[in-house]
Amino acid sequence: MMIDPLSVFILLLGAATPILFAALGELVVERAGVLNLGVEGMMIGGALAGFAAAHASGSPALGFVAAAVAGAALSMIFAVLTQFLLSNQVATGLALTLFGLGLTAMFGKPYEGVKAPPMLAGPLRLNLMIWLGLALVPAVWWFLMRSRPGLILRAVGENHDAAHALGYPVRALRMAAIGFGGALAGMGGAYISIATVLQWTEGMTAGAGWIALAIVVFAQWNPWGVLAGAWLFGGVTVLQLRLQAAGVAVPVQLLSMAPYLATIAVLVLISARQKFGRSGGAAAPGSLGRPFHALR
Amino acid sequence: MFRLEPRASAPLLWQVATPVLAVLATMIVGGALFAAMGFDPLAAIRTIFWDPLFGPASGYSRPQLLVKAGPLILIACGLALGFRAGIWNIGAEGQYIIGAICGAAVALAAYPLDAFWIFPAMILAGAAGGWAWGMVPALLRNWFGASEILVSLMLVYVAQKVAAWMAFGPMKNPEGFNFPGSRNLQQYEPAANPELIAGSGLHWGGVAAVLALAATWFVMSRHVLGFHIRTAGAAPRAARFAGVRPERLVALCLGVSGALAGLAGLFEVAGPAGQITESFGSGYGFTAIIVAFLGRLHPLGILLAGLLMALTYIGGELAQMMLNLPAASVQVFQGMLLFFLLGFDILTRYRIRRRA
Repeated sequence: MMIDPLSVFILLLGAATPILFAALGELVVERAGVLNLGVEGMMIGGALAGFAAAHASGSPALGFVAAAVAGAALSMIFAVLTQFLLSNQVATGLALTLFGLGLTAMFGKPYEGVKAPPMLAGPLRLNLMIWLGLALVPAVWWFLMRSRPGLILRAVGENHDAAHALGYPVRALRMAAIGFGGALAGMGGAYISIATVLQWTEGMTAGAGWIALAIVVFAQWNPWGVLAGAWLFGGVTVLQLRLQAAGVAVPVQLLSMAPYLATIAVLVLISARQKFGRSGGAAAPGSLGRPFHALR
Repeated sequence: MFRLEPRASAPLLWQVATPVLAVLATMIVGGALFAAMGFDPLAAIRTIFWDPLFGPASGYSRPQLLVKAGPLILIACGLALGFRAGIWNIGAEGQYIIGAICGAAVALAAYPLDAFWIFPAMILAGAAGGWAWGMVPALLRNWFGASEILVSLMLVYVAQKVAAWMAFGPMKNPEGFNFPGSRNLQQYEPAANPELIAGSGLHWGGVAAVLALAATWFVMSRHVLGFHIRTAGAAPRAARFAGVRPERLVALCLGVSGALAGLAGLFEVAGPAGQITESFGSGYGFTAIIVAFLGRLHPLGILLAGLLMALTYIGGELAQMMLNLPAASVQVFQGMLLFFLLGFDILTRYRIRRRA
């Protein structure tokens, strides 16, 4: 079987894009010291809202805007609960995922069997969202590593008490980061419904949000690492689909486990490197997942 | 305006009151949502929470309460142990599926033999399957430091694929006219998990759930292990000094909760579900997370929460039939309930004072 490497790479970029968006968003959230496990819920919310808006208006661009709004709106439930009501971040994130899956299953019924409008074409056979995703990597890197607000954001994530003592608005920054993460997760989800599957089906994100969370760990909280992780994931997905199409003698159901097993493998490798490696690698932000309560 | 003052210990009043408040708030907001969608909110709430127990068709729906509550309680008991210790097994759904597959495998291998040991062997296989699936994230965390949250969750998707593979491949019923899905175990008497008392809805899964509740209570409040679990959750460093070995706790909590989830799956496949199908997982593993939290990780609370969640399942089905309410509204309800629960929990942990 001859495979044109360029077209495979294009497929890989497409498969990587939803994860790239969601993981970049979650990376910023985690760098601010917040662990939002609701990525899957925000992605599926964006997938439906984006699809509905794109279908109603005929414009995929409007769809992605709606998806960003929907993802950010969902993330604000998490933000209020964890930042103002100081709830447990793990449990709240899980609740967001369950809620998002339920909500979209409820409101998605009328969109089943409807087709998506044609995607925004871009240069070099790549659609505009792929380009936007690629552009976001250096942008997020520059923001976090080279800009002053990014420095403050990282300080908040490393030690919220110290940042608070220096007078930085811990809660406001975290709210903003969570909202940004939600918007990107929503756009990532919409990419699946508008650009990949071209229709709406219940639960269609199929764990992409959880894979994005794993990619952030794999990337060791570095945007370039997220790009590598998303491409790795995209590569596994494309390979798996190619093998299915080629009709290899392995049952389809077993082949489609590949992305999930690859995610576990990658997670184990990177965790092992952190645990046993000489250099150690970058650790998680110091305040990750800890609630912040200013006594003064 | 207001400020929050951390409490040294959670008052019992608020511990009991917050789940009740959360349920009430969910009813109100859920009702408003139904009203916004053009349904009669009062009728919807009554159909979900009242009619399954006391309505005209309650003769049919009441036994369903135990059928649905059994697996939820069984799984939630195991999860509560881990959650108390800060060990997050959120892959119970996968352990449930694998437990069912392993248990069904014993039955299908024995078919059409008629022997007394088949059902006990299935129970062992179901528990072992769930245990093994739960031990994967435990060992990966202990050996390499991989997040048990992400690994256990990924394994849910893998388990779903295994179930689909089984239904289309190795376990497909040879007399099933080429339809996917295994033989129906309800029709294979030595492997069936029937209703124990006619019309009660109680099967062996319900019995196991009661035993699990008792065991959870004993371990958590009367055994040194419960002390270790609670200490590890509240103060990990102090726990180390008290002689707690975190690795053993991780393996134990994930293993036990996996085994209980596996048992729940086995009782389901041998009873109400009857067969392994492509979509065997029914979300019990995720709903049990809500049950564990709603029950405040306490056996008595888990019992009540399990019954309430079972009620929403049955009431949701009823509301779908009677009022045409969307099937997924129960999921929305459950998610909303967890939100309110987590939000109201601030009342147990902090005192709200007016700022001078």
